Amino acid sequence: MSNYDYISLIPILPIAGFVLIGLAGKKYFPALSGWLATLLIGTSAVLSLFTAYQYFIVDGAANGVYPQLLPVDMQWLQFTNTLSINMGILLDPISVMMLVVVTFVSLMVHIYSTGYMKGESRYATFFAYLQLFTFSMLGLVMSSNLFQIYIFWELVGVSSFLLIGFYFDKPSAVAASKKAFIVTRFADLFFLIGILITGVTAHSFNFTDIIANLTSPEFLKEYSATFLGFSVVTWALVLIFIGGAGKSAMFPLHIWLPDAMEGPTPVSALIHAATMVVAGVYLVARLFPVFAITGSGAIDVVAYIGIFSALFAALIACTQTDIKRVLAYSTMSQIGYMMFALGVSSQAHDAGFTASMFHLFTHAFFKSLLFLGAGLVIHAVHSNDMKDMGGLRKYLPITHITFLIGCLAIAGVPPFAGFFSKEGILHAAYTTHPDIYYVALVTSGLTAFYMFRLYFRIFWNKADIHLHHFHGEGAWSMKFPLLILATLSIAAGFVPFAHYVTATRTEGHMHTDIMFSIAPVLIGLLGIAVAMMWYKNENDRADKAVAMMRGVYRTAYHKFYIDELYIFITKKVIFNCIGRPAAWIDRNIVDGTMNFIALMTGEISDSIKGMQSGKVQGYAMYFFAGVIGLTLICLYIWM
Amino acid sequence: MNNIGIEQILFISTALFFIGVYGLFTRRNMITMLMAVELILNSVNINFVSFNKYLYPERLDGVFFTIFIIAIAAAEAAVAIAIIINIYRNHQSIDVEDSEEMKY
Amino acid sequence: MNLNLLILIPVATAIGIIAVKGLPRVRMVALAGALVQFILSFVLFFSFRAERASGNQDPFVFTQYYKWFPSLNINYQIGVDGISIAMIMLTAFVVLAGVLISWRQEKWSKEYFLLLILLSTGAYGFFIALDLFTLFFFLEVAVIPKFLLIGIWGSGKKEYAAMKLALMLMGGSALVFVGLAGTYFFGGQSFDLSSGAHITMDPDKQMFFFPFLFVGFGIFTALFPFHTWVPDGHSSAPTAASMFLAGISMKLGGYGCLRAATWLMPEAAHYYQPLIIGLSTIAIIYGAFATLMQTDLKYINAYSSVSHCGFVLLGIGMLNETAINGAVMQMVSHGLMTALFFAAIGMVYDRTHTRMVKDIGGLLKITPFIGTVFILAGLCSLGLPGMSGFVAEMTVFMGGWQNPETLYRVATILACASIVVTAVYILRAAGKTMMGPLVNQEHALFSDAKWNERTAAFVLLTGILIMGLAPFIITDIIYPGTHVLMDKIASGASITNEIELLK
Repeated sequence: MSNYDYISLIPILPIAGFVLIGLAGKKYFPALSGWLATLLIGTSAVLSLFTAYQYFIVDGAANGVYPQLLPVDMQWLQFTNTLSINMGILLDPISVMMLVVVTFVSLMVHIYSTGYMKGESRYATFFAYLQLFTFSMLGLVMSSNLFQIYIFWELVGVSSFLLIGFYFDKPSAVAASKKAFIVTRFADLFFLIGILITGVTAHSFNFTDIIANLTSPEFLKEYSATFLGFSVVTWALVLIFIGGAGKSAMFPLHIWLPDAMEGPTPVSALIHAATMVVAGVYLVARLFPVFAITGSGAIDVVAYIGIFSALFAALIACTQTDIKRVLAYSTMSQIGYMMFALGVSSQAHDAGFTASMFHLFTHAFFKSLLFLGAGLVIHAVHSNDMKDMGGLRKYLPITHITFLIGCLAIAGVPPFAGFFSKEGILHAAYTTHPDIYYVALVTSGLTAFYMFRLYFRIFWNKADIHLHHFHGEGAWSMKFPLLILATLSIAAGFVPFAHYVTATRTEGHMHTDIMFSIAPVLIGLLGIAVAMMWYKNENDRADKAVAMMRGVYRTAYHKFYIDELYIFITKKVIFNCIGRPAAWIDRNIVDGTMNFIALMTGEISDSIKGMQSGKVQGYAMYFFAGVIGLTLICLYIWM
Repeated sequence: MNNIGIEQILFISTALFFIGVYGLFTRRNMITMLMAVELILNSVNINFVSFNKYLYPERLDGVFFTIFIIAIAAAEAAVAIAIIINIYRNHQSIDVEDSEEMKY
Repeated sequence: MNLNLLILIPVATAIGIIAVKGLPRVRMVALAGALVQFILSFVLFFSFRAERASGNQDPFVFTQYYKWFPSLNINYQIGVDGISIAMIMLTAFVVLAGVLISWRQEKWSKEYFLLLILLSTGAYGFFIALDLFTLFFFLEVAVIPKFLLIGIWGSGKKEYAAMKLALMLMGGSALVFVGLAGTYFFGGQSFDLSSGAHITMDPDKQMFFFPFLFVGFGIFTALFPFHTWVPDGHSSAPTAASMFLAGISMKLGGYGCLRAATWLMPEAAHYYQPLIIGLSTIAIIYGAFATLMQTDLKYINAYSSVSHCGFVLLGIGMLNETAINGAVMQMVSHGLMTALFFAAIGMVYDRTHTRMVKDIGGLLKITPFIGTVFILAGLCSLGLPGMSGFVAEMTVFMGGWQNPETLYRVATILACASIVVTAVYILRAAGKTMMGPLVNQEHALFSDAKWNERTAAFVLLTGILIMGLAPFIITDIIYPGTHVLMDKIASGASITNEIELLK
């Protein structure tokens, strides 16, 4: 057993960076803050890689099972004797894998940002926020406790809010950041209720205890309490999943993700592509043994929401013209893949679990690559819109090549990384849920189509164009991460992933089936071919196709009017039908009652004040009448 | 003289009392009102003396009380007249209806 | 340590303020007094821990006892437990910040600071009192200065607001007094709280007097539907008075509901439990939705206080240990957070001379410090982990959820739902006023926070962050205090069941 004493440094370094740069960076070392942040996160990344090395290679699986280690565990907030929020670090295959992904992508984004954000007046602040985000994300993936994950869940939410709204004098950025925060917060409400139910049912918030208690045969036998036809555990899991769906932009809580592209591009690469948005997938994976209890039904919700989101987002992505939004919808679609891969798994057939985690792993690299590449494109043309682009391959050679690698990876062309992980997912779906498999197959064709539509329209399409204000492709600090990530987008697929990560923490093995792969690859190539035919050169084939499917196109272009529906519900229903009446009732009825009491007191005193006439003889009369009255009463009583 | 009973005396004092009350309620002149108050006080004095005489002839409490009341009535008259003079200075009138600021 | 110091130092400060002339001296005296009290509260905290560590397990420590009106068995009796220490520390934080925020109070500065200090004296006395009459006495001491502070130094409809606040709070006091008289006459002719565990009242009498005591204190802490003084009072008050009002004064009510009403009459508390929970849930939800529609920053914070104080009453109403811990923590948390929010609003108002959301925009760029404080206060208000609000709210939710009755769980869910609404209104306010483009070009000339404003914000932020990052520091002292209370409160349940059986 190796020594993991250094492990708490991994999250502590970024938070120290946040405090240091946030408090002093802007004033005392603005230019250095980027490199300081990069240094800190680089150290964390090295430590994470070392942890992974120790965990997977040096220690390895004992008796074929990877252990769950708890190097740090302290009580943070006690509720009752058994229930408490603990701050701990849980090391198991998925958390170690996530550690590597998060620190590595974060490091790449830090390096890239030193170039990308150069000249920005709030340069130091940007890095402070990045550090805060990285800290929160690391805390999230290392959580040992369900409530701890919720804490960091909220913290990543707020750092995402800060980063999306980084250009806070732009109203659209402020609106997008608010939207992201509020939508995920709304989802977190369900997550919180799910946590409360789980905690009270399982008598613990610690993952290991929850899983042990809720999957124990005694519990399953005894605990038959139901609510509206489903068991309490199912309810808790569905509620927790809603929380995860909010963060991971699953339908119908996805509306914040496209708008979140208002943030600086490195932020989109880090938060909205590689790390935070997969938190929902990670959460489901973390509780997978409970989800996989047979007959709970929660796992099917995961599967069907996942596949629906994948298809839905892919359809929208085909119509969008803002390149970052296309990437955002593609992220949503790919996360849908990861979700349904978990959803089709069970304890017996856990290939989907491995495939899902594998896809999370590879997707982090090629999607952040695509975003960072898009950042360079945007830097060059000063626009997010496809119609301002075209023929850029001469101007941006490195970006072009790396972007192509990213597109090939996401389209699932062998031997790029996405191929392996997507094959795993499709295979897992095929064996248990054929219906999902066919939808997923169509989606993967769409994925190839819209990614290459994006690629061709950026780098080909127009024959020769002039770029105004073009200052070269960018500093090496921006190109270097692209090259690294492109290498990984090729190489990551060859990692024997199943050897390390399985649902049961055993050492599994990957089975590749060449015959099975033919169909998905062909579909992918077909999508690429269509995109090539329509978009490689300027022609009107695409327009004709659009004209043919006008209704579908327009609906997809308007994102199936989900945003409008939300605005209707919030602005019209909640504000006008609940908020306004509540405020009105408070001012007029509740406060009106109080004022009415005060007014009545005044009125009564006004109407009887005439008795205080100031006339002495009047008073004497009252007095005398009173005496007479009392006398009569006394006489009456005595008689 | 011996056949004057307590009833006759009480009748006198009651009459005196109500005359005083009537004067107090109807007169507008403060001096007259003060005089009416004196009538009331004196009706009380008569009561004290007569009850003392008829009910507890061996004791003198009632008589003492009467003397007290006479003394206090004198003091009261002095204070009252002082107030009235001040009111007159302010209002140029001692009509009780004219001084009604102390209201509401 | 001698608890009388907690009252004597504010009194000495008040005398000092009377003795000196001119704003510069007056404020120095006030600051010195607040600072000494601040330090003293830490001394109290540590000596309390030392006392507990040395094995003193009395429910109340540092007790003192003087006869006051022996014939009526009224005594001046003081002492503290963990709950009161938490409240005293809250008071010390808010008073220090309030004095600093009022640093440039030109108009009648002597009277102003005098009243602030007087108000704090009432609060300190209230929190250390162990005799119900002493408690009531200090409660009254704390009411009158509010009336004057709002009526003289307020803004807007200040006379109306001052009168409304004073009348409603006095009404509350009157109800409290009826309740106290009831406990006195039917609880063994004694006002003694330290032996509260031994006061036993006939359940029938409890049923009658509990509403008086609970509603009376409840008015102070914005119990629905008696909360309407909160928006008007807070919005008309000067900055420091708003801070004191929301940060300290509203906590007097919550503390009273817990220590006097619920503790002394546990059977009645169980009997009225559905009503308490119902009203506080209404306050939480309805306060949150009413906040959505407000356009004045101070109204926003005032209505959100109604919603947040609902958590205090909800926690007390749940009548289990976790929830009551949560209620106490929510009192401390809300006190610090709302004081910070009012301080931030005050800083904005001092510069813009408006509090209407629509007239302010983009201040974060002009005055980064104020903007940051505003946003931090907002984030605390919406329960961001790492700040005090999260810790307190989660404890209340957890306690609420432990109650197995479906109805109470529904109440808990509704309370949880309010945190989403909170996020909406906080982000709307912060997004509009601090972020976005500059609305009024004159605002570009503003200077950022002065040293006094910075220090005040730091003091409150320190409290918020300590509680949010290391809640065990404060739970360590609160939990044993609640535990003592729970011994008796829990005993009420069985008797209530018996009553229902008899019916």
